[in-house]
Amino acid sequence: MTHKHIMPFGLLAKIWLVLLALTGVTVGVASFDFGYLNVLVAMSVASAKALLVVLFFMHLKYENRVLGAFLILVFVILAIFIGFTFFDVAWRPEAGA
Amino acid sequence: MHEPHKDYLGDKFGMWLFLFTEILLFGGLFLLYAIYLHRYPAEFHQGGLELSRLFGAANTVVLITSSFTVALAISALQQGRRGLCQGLLAATIVLAGVFMVNKYFEWSAKIAHGIYPGSPELAQSGGTNIYFGLYYLMTGAHGLHVVIGAAVLAFCMLRIGQGRVTAEDFGLLENGGLYWHLVDLVWIFLFPLFYLIS
Repeated sequence: MTHKHIMPFGLLAKIWLVLLALTGVTVGVASFDFGYLNVLVAMSVASAKALLVVLFFMHLKYENRVLGAFLILVFVILAIFIGFTFFDVAWRPEAGA
Repeated sequence: MHEPHKDYLGDKFGMWLFLFTEILLFGGLFLLYAIYLHRYPAEFHQGGLELSRLFGAANTVVLITSSFTVALAISALQQGRRGLCQGLLAATIVLAGVFMVNKYFEWSAKIAHGIYPGSPELAQSGGTNIYFGLYYLMTGAHGLHVVIGAAVLAFCMLRIGQGRVTAEDFGLLENGGLYWHLVDLVWIFLFPLFYLIS
C-alpha cells in the first residue's frame, strides 16, 4: 500500500496566505504603468503562485520525481509551441492584417 | 476473499497525464491571446478597462481559498477525520458556487452593455471584438471546468459518505483535488491577463 505523506494544516495555511499576498501584489503593481514590464511582472507573479499551488497544494514536491520531470516537459513543449509561433508572428511586417 | 486490484501510483499518474492535456488545451488559448495582444495592444488595454478588477480579484480570492479547503480536506481524510473532510469539501463546493454567481453577474452586466461576441458595438473595432471573444471563450471554458470540478468533488463526498473512499484509500479524493487545483491554476493566469492588462 501507499506510504502516505500528510500535508500539515499549518503549512497549507501558510501557502494560502502567501498566495493571497501575491494576489494583492499583482493587483497593486497593475495600478502603476511600467509599460511592457507590467505584463512581465504580472506573469512572473502568476508563475510564482502557480509553482506554490503545484508544489504544495498538488503535492508534487513529495511525489515521485518522474511526475515532476513530465510536468517540466509539458511546459517545455508549451514554450516551444508559443515561442516558435512568435518567431513567425513577431517578424511579420505590419500588414493591413 | 479476493482484494480488488488497486494501483495507487498508476491512478495518480493517469490523472496527471490528463491534466497535461488540459494544460495544452488552455495553452493553445493562451497562445491565441498572446498573438492578439501583440497585434492589438491598445484595444486589449481598452478591453481590460471594461472589466471590473474588484470582481476579478474577489473571484481570485474565492478560487485560491477553495484550493486551500480541498488541500485541507485531503489531509483531514488521511488523518481519519471524515466529518471535517466532508465539511471542507462542502465549503469548496459552496465557493465554486460563489465563483459562478459572480461570473453570472459579470457576464450579464457585460451583455447588458452590448458587449458580447459579434455585438454591433464590438463590431466597430476588430481588436476589441477579439479581446472580448477570447474573454468569453477562455472564462467560459474555465467556468465549465469549475462546474465539472464541483461535480467531481460532490462525487468524492458521496463516496466518502459511503465509506468507499477512506483514510487508507484516498486516491479518488486526491485526484479530484488535483483537478480542482488545475481549475485554480488556469484562473491564476486568466486573472492578470484579462483584468490587469489595462
